[in-house]
Amino acid sequence: MEAFSELLEQLYFTSGNNAKAALIKDYLASTPDPDRGWAVAAIAGALKFDFFKRNTVKKLITERVDGELFAMSYDYVGEVSETVAHLWPDYEPSVKLPALSEIIDDFMGVSRNKVSGTLANYLSIMTPAQRWALLKLGTRGLRIGVSARSIKQILADYGNKDISDIETLWHGVKPPYTNLLLWLEDKGPKPDISDVLTFHPVMLSHPIEEKHIDDFCPHLWQIENKYDGIRVQLACNTQKAESQKALFSRTGDDISHAFPDLLEAISGNLVLDGELLVMHKESIDTFNALQQRLNKKKPSNALMKTFPAGMIVYDALVIEGIDLTSLPLAERRKKLQDYLTQTEKGINPRLHLSTTLFAASADELRALHQKVCQNRAVEGLMLKRLDSYYVPGRPKGKWYKWKRDAFTVDAVMMYAQRGHGKRSSFYSDYTFGAWQDDTLLPIGKAYSGFTDDELKKLDNWVRRNAIGRFGPVREVKKELVLEVAFDAVHTSSRHKSGVALRFPRIHRIRWDKPASEADTLETIVSLIDT
Amino acid sequence: MHPSQWMKIDNIGLYCKPGDFYIDPMSPVQTALVTHGHADHAREGHKHVFASHETLAIMRTRYGEEMADEQQGVAMQTPLTFNDVVVTFYPAGHILGSTQILIEYAGYSVVVSGDYKRRHDPTCPPFEVIPCDVFITEATFALPVFRHPPIGDEIAKLLHSLAVFPSRCHLVGAYALGKCQRVILALREAGYDAPIYLHGAQIKLCQLYQQFDIALGELIPVSEVVDKQTLAGEIVIAPPSALADRWSRSLPNVRTVMVSGWMQIRARAKQRNAELPLIISDHCDWPELLQTIEEVNPTEVWVTHGREDALIYQARKMGYRARALSMVGYDEDEQGESFHGSV
Repeated sequence: MEAFSELLEQLYFTSGNNAKAALIKDYLASTPDPDRGWAVAAIAGALKFDFFKRNTVKKLITERVDGELFAMSYDYVGEVSETVAHLWPDYEPSVKLPALSEIIDDFMGVSRNKVSGTLANYLSIMTPAQRWALLKLGTRGLRIGVSARSIKQILADYGNKDISDIETLWHGVKPPYTNLLLWLEDKGPKPDISDVLTFHPVMLSHPIEEKHIDDFCPHLWQIENKYDGIRVQLACNTQKAESQKALFSRTGDDISHAFPDLLEAISGNLVLDGELLVMHKESIDTFNALQQRLNKKKPSNALMKTFPAGMIVYDALVIEGIDLTSLPLAERRKKLQDYLTQTEKGINPRLHLSTTLFAASADELRALHQKVCQNRAVEGLMLKRLDSYYVPGRPKGKWYKWKRDAFTVDAVMMYAQRGHGKRSSFYSDYTFGAWQDDTLLPIGKAYSGFTDDELKKLDNWVRRNAIGRFGPVREVKKELVLEVAFDAVHTSSRHKSGVALRFPRIHRIRWDKPASEADTLETIVSLIDT
Repeated sequence: MHPSQWMKIDNIGLYCKPGDFYIDPMSPVQTALVTHGHADHAREGHKHVFASHETLAIMRTRYGEEMADEQQGVAMQTPLTFNDVVVTFYPAGHILGSTQILIEYAGYSVVVSGDYKRRHDPTCPPFEVIPCDVFITEATFALPVFRHPPIGDEIAKLLHSLAVFPSRCHLVGAYALGKCQRVILALREAGYDAPIYLHGAQIKLCQLYQQFDIALGELIPVSEVVDKQTLAGEIVIAPPSALADRWSRSLPNVRTVMVSGWMQIRARAKQRNAELPLIISDHCDWPELLQTIEEVNPTEVWVTHGREDALIYQARKMGYRARALSMVGYDEDEQGESFHGSV
């Protein structure tokens, strides 16, 4: 455990990817199995469940520390784990802490009612830095600036292997990755994953630029709607003795449990790429409807009936057990179309082939974009090279997304709250409102879209213009206009204003604009999805 | 008469009406009593200044000989009279020359403790507990998350880093007055006797400390080093603001070390781009604040300068009357660290 905590500590304060990679490689070379594999899993975010809940941690600390003082400390520190790590009152140093793997085994084996006691015992023999490491590990909240992608690159470098090998193996191997690490060190065979249903890293697009539109050549591109759902990969093999099906998010999270209605009817040996949506037969419901289904661990039958899941399929990686990724898109599309429209297994009321669109020139393409954007279920256009192979990651010049222009509204800052993590102690979360007659009603909250310099100015403005305090929330003078960009508006019963914005972010800070000239709620209501 | 009727806060600072003087005023006044030399307490341009000899010397170093029309050095524990008010200075243990000020009037006593700490500091005599009716305390680190580790442990981290990265120049960000000298002394105490290199902003005050017989060992201004590459593996101390400055680019393979009580909060350390944060403070941590209130045992605690809410809450829990002394110009939290770099 000491080495793991030390590694996190160094990673946290080291800047630069190369320096971080060097630290991790050192750790891999000097740490025994299975500890090092668990560390990799923790850093890569590959641990499948929390060892304990954040609430357990909060409960433990408030049993030991005055609740008010905890709240004030948390407000200042900006993070529960670190607050608890410092506030934990008991410390009986032990000569040597148990190994990381022993601690993990302990949490995996302990019965639910003993988790809290086990955690308390560990916290009491650790230093604040070690406690922090344990709390971050246990709640899967490690953010030390090493992405899942870069840990794969680091593993590839460590073993002198190709990154694509690691990508392919990744979802077929499980923590603590003993076989993978041995293979990397040439001490064992390449892990065999032929029997495992795995996530295939997805192909991603770049935002389109004006010059790409100007150069548009109709016979080179497949044009499709960009749907407003979530990107998923449907993997299925029902031809084995033990049939397997899985629905993965674009980052490889297994979200099968939330969409049994979609998976139920699928059979065959295939991997499909597409958009998950709530669909009533052919008709697409809003993102708001889909949100009712996301993050529901076990959807009720009623919910599935009201919001049935469907998938618009736009690409195929595997059909009938045959890998198609090295075929050009035009051929993959042909095979996908045949499969979904002409085969018994492929014809399925939940699976819909993505429609392709046509434009004969750059001008027509622009007109098409304008037209599709009037449909609120569509987010814009996708342009994909017909000759593109299915390449994981974000290859240049192959796929483009052309999103609908964001809406913007001039709103007035009403409240501010301190941020977390890197922004702890800065007022970086802003609630803003729109006018209804003489009153401002809050319409949303944004905490992105500004530069570090702008953040400093906003923080300073909040501190100078604060007029009240509700716990951690500062009320400010209703004087600063924020131009807020957002993707859509929905009706919402949770907010007094009756509206909820989708992905609001600060577009500009209107230091120049008087608050009285900000937009009215009526303007925003007129943009509601219908 | 209760002190709340004869002590008041205005936009200049803390004012004693019957004595007609300010303590640590932010703009020029007729009579100023100054607790210590940090810039958020000691300003220039007053008519009369009363402070310890060391504090006056610090003020002259910073602002020039003419920093005030009349400068009066005050001996510790020697009462002075301002009209009917009796004033006595006591050591505060914060930095060289730092003091608390005891004010007695109309049957009541008030202690303005200024900034203070309870740890050992070879550059100044220790904080003295003075019984009083009203104790005015700072609250810079007044949250239970703040527990400063022993300074020896932190210095050991720096020396360990020098051993692990012998080719990297260790650029230490430390406030020029107090923190810089304390770090140098702690390094010397830990047996580090190599020359220590200084940014120009640190030099005058180090010389002043040496004039007060505080031995800092061999110090070399970075500006006198011809080949900056020779600073690989050496310790350079600079003000925190110089860490990210162009100045530091001439140094070889810099490892950024930041010395401050704030370094305990990792996001704070990260914000300062510290690769090696060292938790060294010239203020009290939470347990020391509570210990001090208990030992002084006043009837009333007035809290200023930092996280007042938590300390007021805790002092009340401990059975004391407590309230915030909202001091204009002292609100260090609102300014971030840029203004008050001394912590």
